[in-house]
Amino acid sequence: MTSKQASLETNDKTKLSLGNRIGLGLLYLVLVLVAIFQIYPLIWLFFFSLKTNAEVFGTSPFALPSDPQWGNYVKAWVDGGVGSYFFNSVFVTVTAVILTILFASFVTFAITRMEWKLNKLALGLFMVGLMVPIHSALIPLFSFFLDINLIDHPLSIILTYTAYNLPLTIMIMLGFYYTLPREVEEAAVMDGCSIHRIFFQITLPITTPVISTTAIINMIYNWNEFVFVNTFISSDKYKTLTVGIQNFIGQYLTDWGAIGATLMISIIPVLIAFFILSNRIVEGIAAGSVKG
Amino acid sequence: MKQVMSNKLVIALYTLPALILILALVYVPIMMSGYYGLMDWDGIGAMTFIGLENYIALMQDAKFWDSAYHSFLLAAFSTLSLGAYLLISLVLANKLKGSELLRKIYLIPMLLSSVAIAQLWLKIYDPNNGMLNSLLEFFGVENTPIWLADPDLVLFSIFIAIIWQYAGFYIIIYSAALKGIPESLVEAARIDGANPLQIAWKIKVPLIAGVIKVTIVLAIVGSLKYFDLIYVMTGGGPNGASEVMASYMYKEAFGAYNFGYGSAVGFALLVICLLLTWLIRKLTTSDEEIQY
Repeated sequence: MTSKQASLETNDKTKLSLGNRIGLGLLYLVLVLVAIFQIYPLIWLFFFSLKTNAEVFGTSPFALPSDPQWGNYVKAWVDGGVGSYFFNSVFVTVTAVILTILFASFVTFAITRMEWKLNKLALGLFMVGLMVPIHSALIPLFSFFLDINLIDHPLSIILTYTAYNLPLTIMIMLGFYYTLPREVEEAAVMDGCSIHRIFFQITLPITTPVISTTAIINMIYNWNEFVFVNTFISSDKYKTLTVGIQNFIGQYLTDWGAIGATLMISIIPVLIAFFILSNRIVEGIAAGSVKG
Repeated sequence: MKQVMSNKLVIALYTLPALILILALVYVPIMMSGYYGLMDWDGIGAMTFIGLENYIALMQDAKFWDSAYHSFLLAAFSTLSLGAYLLISLVLANKLKGSELLRKIYLIPMLLSSVAIAQLWLKIYDPNNGMLNSLLEFFGVENTPIWLADPDLVLFSIFIAIIWQYAGFYIIIYSAALKGIPESLVEAARIDGANPLQIAWKIKVPLIAGVIKVTIVLAIVGSLKYFDLIYVMTGGGPNGASEVMASYMYKEAFGAYNFGYGSAVGFALLVICLLLTWLIRKLTTSDEEIQY
């Protein structure tokens, strides 16, 4: 900061009248209240996940759990089968993210680095895909997977997640690829390097920042996806967490503690990812929408 | 160089996986949806071609128009709430202490699955043991509302949960756009004696008009195809009071096995979304794009 800017700012501060200061304080209060509105339901959820039913129904909902019932988590994980839903979610999410990132990187590389006639058309096809409402495609997708015997098979949701996440992923990647200098790749071509080696050993490594941004965004979307799993998967052994917890809650309708524990189990991985990678997540969300 | 970078075989190899996926799972299905809409079909048995019957029935289906009305109400609410998000983002942009932390707190609900959010809000709205009614009782309110079971309140109640889910998303988008405004412009206005309110309203808001436009499209189209919370929290009830277009389509297809009619509803949803996107873009492009 230059000294001129600094003096301007101090000027500003001294100019703040009492009225302005009260106004600023009120604004601040509003912002903090909004933050409480956003975060408190989750704290409340955590509390009731550790309570017995007697406590939930008999005492104030704002009270701390008097004797934390960690058993609720065991009940959900073991008896409710949430453990197996959890691992299905991990498998589907990770597989779909790897496919999406790989295919999107291929396409972005071909669009930004290679020369071909239908380049713009292909790009347009992916960008328009951003606007398609999934519900309009749901019935035909269902009957398509039924015809090729993939209904109630994890591949149906893995492929669908990949297809529907490609447009957003490619869009975020494009922004990064355009800013990358081409010199290294050009030099590699001069040295007689094959195009596959350029892609895998030069381009992929230098695009790790955008790969990690898109990967984390994709992971969150896949982890939370509900409609496709709910429609395509009917066997318990393939259900992912979002549909699995619906099941579980249907069975344990009045057991608030167990329901709370299930919900906590489903959101903890996302919360952990958020605490470690919040900057990347914010970046991905901003990049993925502003250009829309 | 040119030869390597325009190798047709490599281009095909790199683009085909993504192209095949997006064509087969996004574009072909949405077109099939329009086609299935011409059929009488239960999803499993043979299809009978019935021409435009489904679409004509749709035009006269009061339930469909009710659900469309609810969808448009959600769209109107969501668009209005953008004003509040913009206001919050403008305040946060003034380099308040802790604004980065506040922004991140606002974002947390957006990262959770709709199912978890729906289940959590079901508990918040629980008439007997929920957080909301306990709070109201604490303040001495008698005859606390039954929220989701009240046909007059249900849509509004769900909308509050939708705000909770999406507020952080829009605040992140606006904040990213506001960060992109060159400091020099704001500084120049300040030197010319503009107060913070004028700077926000006359300089910052017009400069991010393009992004505001994008968020209006996102809010409207996103609301029109909204499904998740409604499906889990009320299933469109009580007595259709919270039915929206997507939930109506789902019910017709996967509840009543009217795949033909469901497809017609899905196709109508697609057409409405695309038309509105086009219309909003057209209505708002008369404003000159601002360059800086």
